[in-house]
Amino acid sequence: MAALYEGFTLCGLVPTQNASDSPIQGIELDGDSDHAVVTDSTRSVTLYKVSDQKPLGSWTVKQGQLLTCPAVCNFQTKEYVVVSDNKVIRVWKDEDLNIDKAFKATVSADVWRVHSAPGGEPVVLFQRGAVRLLDSLLSAPQQPIEDVLSEEEVIRWSTNIVAEKQHFVLFTTEQKGEHFLYVQRLNPNTLQKYRLEREDSGAPPLSFSASLRDKHINLLYLYPNGCVYQSVVAVRGPVELEGVQTLPRSLRLRLPVGEGKLGAASAVALDEAHVAVVGMPHPSARTGKDFLCIWNTNFQTLQAGKEMVGRIHGPVWCYLGKLFVPHGKALSVIPYECQKSSLASALGKLRHAGIAVSKSSVAVPSWNSLLHGDQPQGPAKIVDTRKSNGFIGDAQDLQLSVGQLACHLVARSQAETAFYTPGALAQLVQTQCLCHSVCPDLLLLALEHKDYFLCQLCLQLFPDIPEVVTCACLKTFIRSHQSIEMRLFNLCGGVLQTAYSDNFLLPHLKDLNAQQVILFLQYLQFVYLKFSQDVYTQTPGLRSPTMTQIIDWLCLLLDAHFTVLVMAPDAKGLLSNLESFVKSQVKLFSELGKIEGSLQELHKMKLSKDISQYSIEVIELF
Amino acid sequence: MGEFKVHRVRFFDYMPTAIRAMAFNAHTEKLALGRMDGSVEIFNFADHYFQEKVIPGKDSRSIEALCWVGGRLFSAGLNGEITEYDLENLRPKYSLDAYGGPIWTITSNSQGAHLAIGCEDGTVKLFEVLEESIQFERNLDRQKGRIISLSWHPSGAQIAAGMMDMIRVFDVPTGHAVQRLLVDRGFGGSKSRETVVWSVVFLSDCTIISGDSAGKVQVWDGHTGTLVKTHLVTKWDVLALSVSKDESSVVVGTSEGTVIQFQFIAPTLQQQDKEWVRTRTFKNHTHDVRALAEIETAIVSGGMDTQLVVRPLLEKFDERSYASGLRKIHFPHRNLVSCAKKAGLLLFQFPGQLELWRLGESDGHGKPGDSLPLKRKPEKLLHLKRKGEDHICCSALSSCGGWLAYSTMSSVRLYRLQTDNNDISITKVPKLPKVLRSAHQLCFSSDSSKLFAASSQSSVLIIALSQSECKYVHTLKPKSGSRQPIHLMTNSVDGKWLATANSDCEIHVYNVQKLKLHCIVPVYGSCPSAIGIHPTTNNLINVHADQQIFEYSIVEKQYTDWSRKLQKQGLHNLWLDRDTPVTHVTFNPNNPEQILLHDMHMFCIIDQSLPLPDQKTQFYNQMTLRSLSGQERPSHLHAFKICKTFQDLLSVSLLDDQSLVMVERPLLSITSQLPAPVRQKKFAT
Repeated sequence: MAALYEGFTLCGLVPTQNASDSPIQGIELDGDSDHAVVTDSTRSVTLYKVSDQKPLGSWTVKQGQLLTCPAVCNFQTKEYVVVSDNKVIRVWKDEDLNIDKAFKATVSADVWRVHSAPGGEPVVLFQRGAVRLLDSLLSAPQQPIEDVLSEEEVIRWSTNIVAEKQHFVLFTTEQKGEHFLYVQRLNPNTLQKYRLEREDSGAPPLSFSASLRDKHINLLYLYPNGCVYQSVVAVRGPVELEGVQTLPRSLRLRLPVGEGKLGAASAVALDEAHVAVVGMPHPSARTGKDFLCIWNTNFQTLQAGKEMVGRIHGPVWCYLGKLFVPHGKALSVIPYECQKSSLASALGKLRHAGIAVSKSSVAVPSWNSLLHGDQPQGPAKIVDTRKSNGFIGDAQDLQLSVGQLACHLVARSQAETAFYTPGALAQLVQTQCLCHSVCPDLLLLALEHKDYFLCQLCLQLFPDIPEVVTCACLKTFIRSHQSIEMRLFNLCGGVLQTAYSDNFLLPHLKDLNAQQVILFLQYLQFVYLKFSQDVYTQTPGLRSPTMTQIIDWLCLLLDAHFTVLVMAPDAKGLLSNLESFVKSQVKLFSELGKIEGSLQELHKMKLSKDISQYSIEVIELF
Repeated sequence: MGEFKVHRVRFFDYMPTAIRAMAFNAHTEKLALGRMDGSVEIFNFADHYFQEKVIPGKDSRSIEALCWVGGRLFSAGLNGEITEYDLENLRPKYSLDAYGGPIWTITSNSQGAHLAIGCEDGTVKLFEVLEESIQFERNLDRQKGRIISLSWHPSGAQIAAGMMDMIRVFDVPTGHAVQRLLVDRGFGGSKSRETVVWSVVFLSDCTIISGDSAGKVQVWDGHTGTLVKTHLVTKWDVLALSVSKDESSVVVGTSEGTVIQFQFIAPTLQQQDKEWVRTRTFKNHTHDVRALAEIETAIVSGGMDTQLVVRPLLEKFDERSYASGLRKIHFPHRNLVSCAKKAGLLLFQFPGQLELWRLGESDGHGKPGDSLPLKRKPEKLLHLKRKGEDHICCSALSSCGGWLAYSTMSSVRLYRLQTDNNDISITKVPKLPKVLRSAHQLCFSSDSSKLFAASSQSSVLIIALSQSECKYVHTLKPKSGSRQPIHLMTNSVDGKWLATANSDCEIHVYNVQKLKLHCIVPVYGSCPSAIGIHPTTNNLINVHADQQIFEYSIVEKQYTDWSRKLQKQGLHNLWLDRDTPVTHVTFNPNNPEQILLHDMHMFCIIDQSLPLPDQKTQFYNQMTLRSLSGQERPSHLHAFKICKTFQDLLSVSLLDDQSLVMVERPLLSITSQLPAPVRQKKFAT
């Protein structure tokens, strides 16, 4: 369970003129765990002793100047660093009374943020994506700063993480409605770019939060439709891969957003199972009130909620068991507690707890060996690793690398028409670590190349094929096999066995033309006849559709094209055949029902005979 | 061993009544159980849950609640009376009207000085417990609406009272209500119905726990009168609550037949703060669980489905033992069937009537396992309704079938039966001796010339019977001075000896010819559950609640060699593990080596000429013996021949024609006569 405790006000806030902007730029930690460095949206930095709710010091830049980045503490030198007017870096100490008299340096490009974390040097992130360590920058302030981002790409959010003596700067960017995550490693410097999957609505994520767990960086992001996704980036991963990869994500939580969409909301991960959310309506309260809620992502349950007076402005910060929430005319500090739920441990949901993850054992398949020669070994090895050590962390890594491999292969195949590796792709699919959403282009690529074997495999093994793709497969199959033949049976069998929802499938089914519909109906009738003749030969696990699946598809197809079929003269015979067959089947089943009733009666009669009030029996004892 | 012809009788429609209340006396380890018909049963939990005493019911008496004060037992009921029981004479000692209308509950404070009762008229009445009686002291502030349940705070200074839609807390010294806890109603259609707080408990830390008709178990803070936690446990009623002695656990009984345990524990790992957490659910009942007691190592429950269930809490046991097994007590631990061995008649005892049946006949013979064709069907000869309000407590039929007697708490009646062919005539014997007012046990001598009646203080009255008159002969009195009632009585075929057993575990043997006490069998620690005198050797066989068997020579006044051998070697563990007591011992006059015993689940012939089984011997070996050849068989024989073909046995007797009578009462037939249980939503219905 998680609990929110009684909070207190750290300081008052002056509302900004633009109501949607937060009056606070940032809250950072000092070397002292009880200190908080609060930077407001204009000119001031204030240092608070949190437990006493009182300011220890305040520094303001001159009128006309503007702080453009939250002040941070350089944990190594116990100095504070802030940027004013985008280009001027100011460094001062606790005892400096006037910030203007302290050290300042002007750099050659606009700074986005200065980040600092205990155990690492402060890092400067420029607006065009370049990263410099503060010390090296200050030693030559006017050094040239390269552009990393393209013309229209802008940074939306950034953070830094220190893990195993590795320093990371993470930032997300937006370009033409697409969102990217950059992971910048320092010493040695490498930069990895990931594409975030587009949410259906195309809306940008509302908030990000990154945390380090089990030697993985967990990125948590919230969309206006209430979905909270998590993506995992390995701290030590295959960094040599180039290009933009799609970042796999998993849905951790679907918040009930009610009617509309979320305007400004923010989610921050508290621990592996808990997420604090602001800006979202409480599911059981009236709308128009702002709540701070803690959700359990393992069970999708609301664990604690607290109404905040006034509007909650933008993000929240979470340090050392306290949530800092700017709302209304105050900045409140709310202590919280997230306990490991006994239920979770009982259900085995706390899978990370107590597992000593040994990352070194993860076998990353060699790129070259997989593509050229030694083909079977790569994936086989992966599978073995997965089976032999049951660590979930490893499985995550494996899924990650299999997904990356598949995406790269598909991307290259799409780029170069001559390049297509059916064997490698089939092996990747057979690891069962892939699913459609990880590599959405794979199935379409296979279709394009008429690689029906791979299509079949994907249909059987992917649990998440969208209905539109299922229908596309169906269309291609029917189009390429004009006469009923055995091959079509196998292919369509795969289609019948995919998961679908009626509502989503129907519109796509309507796209089939009359000829295709009749052909498919003929096929369905054939399998229906075949299976109703030998019901008992059907064995589960065999790759053939079940009776129910066949009938469901029959019904769907008839629903989708009823008017067309009624009008089509060449469908008449087929339909009347189907009708008479169904009629005979219904009759048969009703007769079977009667027989069942009689047999049950016989069964009962046998029982009742046994009970009599009195009998004279002979027994023998030995 | 041989073949037996068996009359398999299933027409005794014995129907136990529902359990309404129970009270456990932790000091004496005795459980008092009140049934719907007003009868009270005392079970000794220290002696293998043996049903030691039964106080018969009465039409006008109802029991809503039972309560121990020290060794004294009180009950209260909807007839508005408080009753104290005389546990030595198995009758109410006195009843007094509380003048508050129907009484829903009675409870004593932990000091045992006061009783509180909850009345229909909204009063909580306090009674002072005096040496020989109780005396009304005062009323607490009268409330609107009936008082359904009560619980004293262990200090005795406060009382929590469950009412309609609320719980009141009273300050006992002033009598004022100090807290008013409002209990929510159910949802949906039941919103308009008042919530009945069926049960409350008041803990030392002033926590109040309540169970109500909306299916809630609620935890309240008694200091502030605030609700701490609500557990919705059922769609139906929560009827009973019981708290463990250390107050770390509370069990609740529901209309669905479930018993749910709540424990006062830390809900998460490594946390200090404790709260009441729902932990376990037991489902041993099909109907309402109306009465509950959480004892040291088990949860005892009973209700509409009439069975008493002792569900052990397995975490309290280190190893498997007698006490760690689940016990279900369905049948009384005494005989309700008398058999006239010579005449082939059966007498069935119900609380309100007696039924006399003649067994059927068959001709021809059959192989083992066969059912023989019936020449004559069994016939119900007589349906004798009792007179008065008091229920029948014991009955007897003479072996010739010529005499029938029964006793209630207030009178004994004796009848003369005459059967010629198909006609039966019954005449009541008028003018019984005045000393014969009531009896705990009745039995006729084997030549039907005497009636023995167990009376108060373990004494036995002897009545001589003749065609013309019956007259009082003598009163046999034990020398021990025991005040306990006799629960077993038997006499020898030669008419010389009479043996009695009482709840003090004493067995007295009287010489009926000399009209004096012959000897006392050495007292054994467990209560005798069946006794019998051998027809030829006059050895007394006594079987005890702990399943031990002794053979005592009446003539020599000492245990027989066989008995000593049995004790030395010890009984087989499988024999000792059985969970129902032996309730009848009889003998085979044609084969003096054979002792016939039965309990609810088996029938056993002990052949004293065969070797006793040791622990390594296959104990239940009838199937094995059947499969062996005639030559191999003798080497595998042992003394205990157990037959489990007949189940749910109420009585086994051996007629003079060597045929056995097995009276079965299948539990399924009892279940089928119960009212329908509350409807429960089952998956896919």
